[in-house]
Amino acid sequence: MAVITYRQALKDALAEEITRDENVFVMGEEVAQYNGAYKVTEGLWKKFGDKRLVDAPISEAGFIGLGIGASFLGLRPVIEMMFFSFVYVAWDQAVNNTSSIRYMSGGLINCPLVIRGPANGGTNVGATHSHTPENMVANVPGLKVVVPATPADAKGLLKSAIRDNDPVFVMESTLLYGNEGEVPEDDEFLIPLGKADVKREGSDITIIAHGGCVLAALKAAEKLKKEHNVDCEVVDLRSIRPLDKATILKSVKKTNRALLVEENKPFCGVGAQISHIIQREAFDYLDAPVHRISAVDAPAIYSPPVEKVQVPNAEQVFNEVRHMLQIKA
Amino acid sequence: MSTETPETHEFNKGRSRALEKSDLFAHAEDPVNKGMTVQEKLKCFTDMVRIRKFEQAALQSYQKGKMGGFLHLYIGQEATAVGTVSVLGENDHIITAYRDHGHALAVGMGMNECMAELYGKFTGCSKGKGGSMHYFAPEKRFWGGHGIVAGQTPLGAGLAYALKYKGIKGCAICYLGDGAINQGVFHESLNLVSLWDIPVIYVIENNGYSMGTSQVRSSAFPEEGLAARATSYNIDFDTVHGENLYEVRAKTSKAVQRAYEQSRPTVLEIFTYRYYGHSIADANHQRYRTKEEIRHYQENKDPINVWEQILIEEGHLNVDKVKEIDQAAKAEAKEAVQFAEESPFPPPQQLLADVYHSVDNPGTHTNEGEIFFNDRLPY
Ligand SMILES: Cc1ncc(C[n+]2csc(CCOP(=O)(O)OP(=O)(O)O)c2C)c(N)n1
Ligand SMILES: [Mg+2]
Repeated sequence: MAVITYRQALKDALAEEITRDENVFVMGEEVAQYNGAYKVTEGLWKKFGDKRLVDAPISEAGFIGLGIGASFLGLRPVIEMMFFSFVYVAWDQAVNNTSSIRYMSGGLINCPLVIRGPANGGTNVGATHSHTPENMVANVPGLKVVVPATPADAKGLLKSAIRDNDPVFVMESTLLYGNEGEVPEDDEFLIPLGKADVKREGSDITIIAHGGCVLAALKAAEKLKKEHNVDCEVVDLRSIRPLDKATILKSVKKTNRALLVEENKPFCGVGAQISHIIQREAFDYLDAPVHRISAVDAPAIYSPPVEKVQVPNAEQVFNEVRHMLQIKA
Repeated sequence: MSTETPETHEFNKGRSRALEKSDLFAHAEDPVNKGMTVQEKLKCFTDMVRIRKFEQAALQSYQKGKMGGFLHLYIGQEATAVGTVSVLGENDHIITAYRDHGHALAVGMGMNECMAELYGKFTGCSKGKGGSMHYFAPEKRFWGGHGIVAGQTPLGAGLAYALKYKGIKGCAICYLGDGAINQGVFHESLNLVSLWDIPVIYVIENNGYSMGTSQVRSSAFPEEGLAARATSYNIDFDTVHGENLYEVRAKTSKAVQRAYEQSRPTVLEIFTYRYYGHSIADANHQRYRTKEEIRHYQENKDPINVWEQILIEEGHLNVDKVKEIDQAAKAEAKEAVQFAEESPFPPPQQLLADVYHSVDNPGTHTNEGEIFFNDRLPY
């Protein structure tokens, strides 16, 4: 296994899939000659040329829609959003057309499309650029959405997404791009969509998170162990839809407590659905109410020190677990 | 007595080209028309009549409360779908908006499956899951049937993009309404297809109205018409008298050749007219336009009458033959109604089928976990 960055893992996934399948191409703003706004596609244009790496004008609705039409004929477009927030200008294409086509055609037409890019706050770029719409996408039957937290997951999930015959949203994070981790060097390294990963085993409480919040949860778990001898189990959802309900329930039934951590806003966030599932299917196992940590329910603020408070972090997770277990400071 | 003249008709305002009386045989000598066999000519006639009879039957059923939702009739515009589709080859594709019954029958979909879809029946072309606005027949290279105004315009670009990507000589026709040209995504699409030399043909079916809003009340455009917007994107455009099938074929064929030979897009604006309201729910349609206006079009520019006149003058058709074709189409539509009536509705279990390819084809995907989130199903 090699130690590479999350960014490199994504790039490797793209390069491998472009090589493997002639129908795979990457399209987006600045993805080719400029090497990608966040350098995820750096070097790929040089290696694969104009056909496989396509620089598009700033027309998200236009080129996502074009990708959808092309996918009907068997191409497998991977569309990059420079920021996932920009998908909002293309909502009809990205969400309405992608999710409806198979159903409305009675199963005659498929849309094997990937839309990927960073979806995170915490980088002081203001409200317009800081959306985390995995909950909105997950609300739509017909769509799939994954949110990798580690380099290995980024690679394995993106590869599975590209090979999938349904539209898949891969939501990354600019804050994770530089993180390093071990990644298998196997061209067939695939992580199934809908399979959570227990990133840390424990018996006292289950922390369920996705994306960057997984790292906050892991950090908090270490500190809780060190300072209070609390054993947290950290479940990384990795995939929001499909959702690994079995792993969630198994863990909660073991620890009898659940804390849900995500960067979404609380109202109708991913945690709302998971909390419902837990109370519905593991009610008798709970020793405490399910708690949630989300971003503070307001548009993303610019002011750097205040945005740090708005978005969930390890300190908040640490404090919330102590609160749930009634551990005095 | 009304003092109306065609010039004062709301739909004709700003459409001086549409007003001209087209010369029936002006395009008869065009290679694509000259090479037409009698059989092909009659097929075009028959297809137009079939579309009309199908929709008249559908209208009756709708009025009897047999179907839900919208029913957007194509009657009056038949030469557009039939004429454009008739020049396409085996690698060419089409995609359109919600006024899609004409295109569906033109590509060869059967009346039965189309009627059953309107009835919401399991035997419908989309198993009763799409309805009137969402017909599909990918095996006939017909990609819908799209309910969001202009939502299909980048998809049409994508179909043609895929042909080019795969090195297939072909094109895609993407139809849209005169109201749809004001959607941003259409302009994004125009820019993309010109920039990337994509072999797509945008056919603006200009029937003068978007719902109750006439063209002059919705669009800013020069004397050359709506299609002239193409010049901003360095795309060739043309205008077409939509009542004359020869002209529709000739100008479509030219655009197809441009797509094949130069991989360049075209915008065609086809002047046409719908006789019924925007949809059957549009009870107002004689308020935003006059009866005289509708009658004027029906009497002077009805696409079926015009083609009939042409074929009679050419000696390929006579009154008896017309009657025969009419009756056959009527009978076919009647049978389709019966087929639809007798067909079953989809079972409720169908709610969860055809949502995901991975669910319907287990074992072919690296997928696990839950994909649907129903606490308890109501059936
Ligand atoms: C995005 C969107 N806005 C509004 C509508 C409602 N709507 C459906 S058809 C229509 C008029 C469109 O007119 P036109 O493009 O001229 O097509 P026509 O109905 O004449 O065929 C409107 C406003 C819609 N379906 N989609
Ligand atoms: Mg119109």
